[in-house]
Amino acid sequence: MSMPPSSVDSAFSATPLRDASRWHPAEYAFWVLPVLAYFVFGENLSLLSQIAIAALFCLSLDLILGYAGIVSLGHAAFFGVGAYAAGLLAKHGWGDPLLGLAAAAAIAAAAGFVTSFLVLRGSDLTRLMVTLGVAVMLYEGANKATAFTGGVDGLQGVEVKPILGMFSFDLYGKTAYWYSLAVLFVMFWLARRLVHSPFGLSLRGIRQNVGRMPAIGAPVNGRLVAVYTIGAAYAGVAGGLLTQTTQFVSLDVLSFSRSAELLLILVLGGTGRLYGALIGTMVFMTAHHFLSGINPQYWQFWLGAALVLVVLFARDGIMGLLQKLGTRWTKPA
Amino acid sequence: MRHLKKSIVAAAFTLAASLPALAADPIKIGLVLPMTGPFAAYGKQIEHGVKLYLATKGDTFGGRKVELIVKDDAPGTAGDVSKRLAQELVIKDKVDILAGFGLTPSAFAVAPVATEAKKPMVVMNAATSAVTTKSNYLVRTSMTLPQITAPIATWASKNGIKKVFTLVADYGPGHDAEGQFKKTFTAAGGEIVGEVRAPVKNPDFAPFLQKIKDTKPDAVFIFLPPGAETIAFMKGFTERGLTAAGIRLIATGDLPDEDILEAIGDAALGLITSFHYSEAHKSPENKAYTEAYYKAYPKDRPNFMSMGGYDGMHLIAEVLKKTGGNADAEKFVEAAKGMKWTSPRGPISIDPVTRDIVQTIYIRKVERVAGKLQNVEFDQVNEFKDPGKQ
Repeated sequence: MSMPPSSVDSAFSATPLRDASRWHPAEYAFWVLPVLAYFVFGENLSLLSQIAIAALFCLSLDLILGYAGIVSLGHAAFFGVGAYAAGLLAKHGWGDPLLGLAAAAAIAAAAGFVTSFLVLRGSDLTRLMVTLGVAVMLYEGANKATAFTGGVDGLQGVEVKPILGMFSFDLYGKTAYWYSLAVLFVMFWLARRLVHSPFGLSLRGIRQNVGRMPAIGAPVNGRLVAVYTIGAAYAGVAGGLLTQTTQFVSLDVLSFSRSAELLLILVLGGTGRLYGALIGTMVFMTAHHFLSGINPQYWQFWLGAALVLVVLFARDGIMGLLQKLGTRWTKPA
Repeated sequence: MRHLKKSIVAAAFTLAASLPALAADPIKIGLVLPMTGPFAAYGKQIEHGVKLYLATKGDTFGGRKVELIVKDDAPGTAGDVSKRLAQELVIKDKVDILAGFGLTPSAFAVAPVATEAKKPMVVMNAATSAVTTKSNYLVRTSMTLPQITAPIATWASKNGIKKVFTLVADYGPGHDAEGQFKKTFTAAGGEIVGEVRAPVKNPDFAPFLQKIKDTKPDAVFIFLPPGAETIAFMKGFTERGLTAAGIRLIATGDLPDEDILEAIGDAALGLITSFHYSEAHKSPENKAYTEAYYKAYPKDRPNFMSMGGYDGMHLIAEVLKKTGGNADAEKFVEAAKGMKWTSPRGPISIDPVTRDIVQTIYIRKVERVAGKLQNVEFDQVNEFKDPGKQ
């Protein structure tokens, strides 16, 4: 992604920005990992798919929180809208997965667009309350509409057709894994281009100093509405993916704990870095899996302890720690 | 030992072609239960029942030693988590049988896994009627919601209760209970004089209680999730003088569950419910069971969930005895169909058509027995099938 020269002052060099948008060798290495994982952890594919889905969900929060600085305690609202959109479509005969994802993205985006105007009003604390309120209302709505959503029992009869008419979902989760991973990669690639574009830079500007942005001609509200809508669409796609790979929608997709856990994962991984969302999800879900396997009753204690350590010793999350170590290693003082 | 030989011989004769594993291989049972989070008490009680069965009745089923693998599907309402764990149990841990399932979404989401992997699935709690229709390899040993709701409606109509006000929590199970109660009660000639759906979490019951008081029904039928809401409602019911006004309180028996009965306290006295298990059930089987329970878990009280786990294990044990240790899903389900036994809860059987449980439903009243609040049984409906499937 290159900067259009007209938007840059001649005295200002865009080289560092261009460098940042270029793919680092470590990134290529990172994306080889999930492919390797397929062969190494072939028995855990359903967990790996859910990690990919959660990572996409976390990425969507990173776009709005990490880049634009909009704090949200109700991001599961859009995840749930996407999940129900894909589920209801499949239930009523439109089971094509890609169509389902497109619908999930569109409907979640519409929900995001509408609610973004509420989010614009007020600052951090108000936003926490507003996002939380929206999610709780959707949860209660889905709970009450049992005829439509299945309520707490979950949505039944979600039948997803094979992807592109060729790859059907199997018990081992092979199709589900490649599908989730491919969607995650494409969405990540798009997000990466987005954050390195002038639009992405203006978001960072808004986060750092909202008062100055209008002075350099960036429409703050328009940008925030746009990113909130995009973030909602991303979350919707993640929700749709979860529905399609599990062929079931539980009311839990809209729950507060899903929003709260997401925030936790993002803080663990490191905000505003894209890879922080991915690495945070990987670490959190893997730790969750192993700890709860070892000790089904008390595993949450160890997870809590790990989080306390991260907050004490790695303030910018795991990704921040890695970057710090990286710079120390490449540029010895 | 004789048993083992017998089952090896049986296995060799009948299944030489289809069963590659020796009958002496351990039998792996994967338990999917909510062990943490809001429904941790469910998982704990079911696990208690399962382990108690193994400890008291032996851990060798049909010549094969039982190996338990417990997976925490907290919060228990997220089908995606339960499904993933079930897939892992089948693919990685290579379990022979899937069991547990504290809540309905978990059972619903896992049923297709059981069908696809051809594994028997034993539901030890999840109570929505339709659960057993989701896989042909699914057998239930707990109860169904209509099964425990209809008898209290019948009892009420026969015992001078003409007008009932219903108050249910506003979620799926609440709607189901309301529907079943209304259906049975009006069919028996009763009248519903008012209906309220209260929010599931932290509702303020005061306006509802006042409305009920003004309507002056003979009784109120309630269905609320066991826990704080129940306690709040029962206390409010007495404090606002509804008991004094002669309004009776009827409910399903999961409300005065032994786990929370002491927390409700004296406000529960006189509550009439219909249910399939009470700690106070009088039978030699239950006496032996409750004594063993208190010995193993002195801090908890045996309730219907531990009973579901206990009977689930009994079913697995008896089926494997019958099949000579073969846990093939088709053979397992065939053997389970029509199976009858006397459980600590009373006589029960597996319906050969629906694979659901058929059992005696008791009408009970909360009383203080030897210093402890108990559900004392005083009436019963024998061999009661799930009315939700008729």
